[in-house]
Amino acid sequence: MLWVLRDHLDLPGTKYGCGIAQCGACKVHLNGVAVPSCQLPISAVGKQAITTIEGLSVNGDHPVQKAWLEHDVAQCGYCQAGQIMTAVALLKENPKPSDADIDSAMSGNICRCGTYLRIREAIKSVAKK
Amino acid sequence: MTTGKTTYNRRSFLKASLLSGGGLMLSVSWLSSVKAADKMEALNLPEQWAQLNGYIHITPDNVIKLICPNPEFGQNVMTALPMMVAEELDADWKNVVVDMGPHDNTKLGPQFTGGSNSIRMYWKPLREAGAAARQMLREAAAQSWSVPVEEVITKAGVLSHSSGKSAKYGEMASKAATLTVPKGMKLKASKDFSIVRKSQKNVEGKKIVTGKPLFGLDYRADGMLIAMIQHPPAFGMKLKSFDASQTLKMSGITDVFNLKLYEDNFEQGGFDTRTFNDLLVVVGKSTWEVMNARKKLLAQWEPAGDTKDTMSGRGGKREVTVPGGLESTSAQLEKMQEQAKKPAQQLRKDGDPETAFKNAAQIIERTYNAPFLAHNCMEPMNFFAHVTDEKALLVGPLQAPGWVEPTLSKLLNLPADKIEMQMTRMGGGFGRRAYGHYLSEAALISKKAKAPIKLIYTREDDMTYGIYRPMYTATYRAALDANKNLIGFHVKGGGIPEHAIHANRFPAGAVENYLAEGWEIPSNITIGAFRAPRSNFNAAAEQSFLDEVAEAMGKDPIEFRLELLKRARENPVGKNNEYDPDRYAGVLTLVRDKSGWNKADVATPGKETYHRGVAAYFCHNSYAAHVVDMVTRDGQPYVERVFSAIDCGIVVNPDAAKNMVQGAVVDGIGNAFYGALTHKNGAPEQSNFHNYRIIRHNEAPKQIDVHFVENDIDPTGLGEPPFPPVFGAVANALYKTTGKRQYNQPFKPELDKRI
Ligand code: FES
Ligand code: FES
Repeated sequence: MLWVLRDHLDLPGTKYGCGIAQCGACKVHLNGVAVPSCQLPISAVGKQAITTIEGLSVNGDHPVQKAWLEHDVAQCGYCQAGQIMTAVALLKENPKPSDADIDSAMSGNICRCGTYLRIREAIKSVAKK
Repeated sequence: MTTGKTTYNRRSFLKASLLSGGGLMLSVSWLSSVKAADKMEALNLPEQWAQLNGYIHITPDNVIKLICPNPEFGQNVMTALPMMVAEELDADWKNVVVDMGPHDNTKLGPQFTGGSNSIRMYWKPLREAGAAARQMLREAAAQSWSVPVEEVITKAGVLSHSSGKSAKYGEMASKAATLTVPKGMKLKASKDFSIVRKSQKNVEGKKIVTGKPLFGLDYRADGMLIAMIQHPPAFGMKLKSFDASQTLKMSGITDVFNLKLYEDNFEQGGFDTRTFNDLLVVVGKSTWEVMNARKKLLAQWEPAGDTKDTMSGRGGKREVTVPGGLESTSAQLEKMQEQAKKPAQQLRKDGDPETAFKNAAQIIERTYNAPFLAHNCMEPMNFFAHVTDEKALLVGPLQAPGWVEPTLSKLLNLPADKIEMQMTRMGGGFGRRAYGHYLSEAALISKKAKAPIKLIYTREDDMTYGIYRPMYTATYRAALDANKNLIGFHVKGGGIPEHAIHANRFPAGAVENYLAEGWEIPSNITIGAFRAPRSNFNAAAEQSFLDEVAEAMGKDPIEFRLELLKRARENPVGKNNEYDPDRYAGVLTLVRDKSGWNKADVATPGKETYHRGVAAYFCHNSYAAHVVDMVTRDGQPYVERVFSAIDCGIVVNPDAAKNMVQGAVVDGIGNAFYGALTHKNGAPEQSNFHNYRIIRHNEAPKQIDVHFVENDIDPTGLGEPPFPPVFGAVANALYKTTGKRQYNQPFKPELDKRI
């Protein structure tokens, strides 16, 4: 799925980081659940809805995207689409996540630049609203 | 377009031009080896303006566009550098747009992002560019209004005069462009800053959170093919033969071939380091197809034996023998132990260390080891290349376009002005992308395939085909007299293939009898710069050792360091001490105060006691100190909270700077606990994130308080300095937590053994 999105559908917002479900850079929503697209065979998708970072909001104003800007989370930014997709799915499922909930939901997403603290703060700020 | 007048000074030149639609374009260019005359030629055409390192661009309808000269890999130069221009320009930051220089041609300067140098290098020239443009706009207004120029004031992109006249910058831009660029403008005093020193958000923030194609891996061009390289399975091996018949049968595959990156006797510059020279290349239509078809290659590999590299650049032209053989980590460790016993090169000596150690009442001796590290940039190496007989276009992530340009010119047999490079945003750099071999590889592949191609490294390629942080060791010795005074200090450091010793850094200058020595063991495993090269090991070893010495002397670790720094300030030992003892002491006292250090192990009511470790370090002209607060969580030591104190002079963009320090702390904790690239028979034993552990969200601290020393010193580096001392602070906190000192990185395997 990852390479179909990137190479064929021209949706490069979904990133390649490891190809083995270890980094979360490639996460998309499959029926609202964040899954690594690098592990998703096209055949398994069928008629289910896939949302990528490009489809999260029309104007980049999803509350989670706004929180990310408010906390100036990104450094290099490469991992952030995957982080945001994971955070959106978490908050949908659990609008008031505890620290432990955030830990367990977000630990599949590596940020090599180490922006974890701001990711946590951004998630919490959305949860508060 | 009409070209305006140009003025030169020693370091840079400014140039004003009228844009075709009216308006002012002011550019700064760093003079490189290219003759100024060539540059002038290049500047006359608008599309070539984009080749400049930095410029100010004002349209009649008042759009102010600032171009960032330096490649961006997350240190936020795309925001900070334009802020410096906008400050002196008196622009309204809200109305400024920023772009990375498109079609950057490296002949116009180094544009190097690395060595924590971007802000430092551009601090004066970019502000001068802003000040000169502002002056020209004032001059234009003065002429239009027939008032003395001194009476024209500027604020937030508006010119005004006491008579009530006012104009936006855009209205005066066309006229300003016809004026002479003034020289030697007085720059603002830091107290007058209104943009710099105020936190400004990342100018690319919105593009990042919406997934815009910013990165090299996102780049595409018409007719572009994908290329991947199959490299040997181990360092010390090379290609013997291959059978591509199965691969060529796979769908989408257009070509399989091998080629040599550098021909024999090719003179490599300092940053032409490459891992393997014989490349086996698969080219095809899409990433997925090439990735799968590559697996079908049948390749035979053979020992490469000793090889020779011809090096040029710093140190002059010379032949270097790269030893053959298949190296293993365990054997490398043994080799290092052997070598450590032998005499080494003396790097610095003060006083009479031999006698000091002979007369010592107590000698403390400790040896520290650290493995190779892979950079693991989140975006793996990649580059787009379209090379024809006439010209070359290269697009992708690179820290140092200026360094690879002469290499490319030689490899492609094209003059520099026929090579065009565009810089994309980088998904991490950490030093890895200062080595442009993957770009040279892409260029040669495109040339041979006669097609535009994008070379992609998979994560496995990226990790096993790297330019690693070297493997280091160092033995530290301290001599104490009967009264527990430190009378001698000795460090002997070694590494594969280089040692990490900075002989003129603290505690050199603070100890009467001092000796620093270094030795090296050559290797075929390729190494290069990794965030704060050498310092990233030194700070770990030396700062752990000083902690232990302080303990033996019965002193508080911060007090002990401050005493040494007092000595270095009042009565320095030896010459060439690289650090400023006052600034070094400044971060230590700041972190002591902010962390409440003197309250010792802080007990929070209802919570476990924090075990604290401290470390400080100087590198890249800046000073950093951390206090790390550790707890035991689920039976494991965990850094829950960190206090950081940094002196990097004026902080251009405070919140972004804080982000960078927080990131460096997380990176340091992660590498201290988990970072390791090991080898068995030449083959890296880690290949992806399942066996190369990177710190994750749940392992990062919940609080990192960053404090900057406030002063008016011109900015120094920040990307690297906060990183090295994290290792030492973590090691020292681990000692407090577990009762055991840490000597071998990464720490996690030993901690696991203990449990
Ligand atoms: S690329 Fe899919 S998880 Fe890393
Ligand atoms: S921001 Fe660079 S990897 Fe997360």
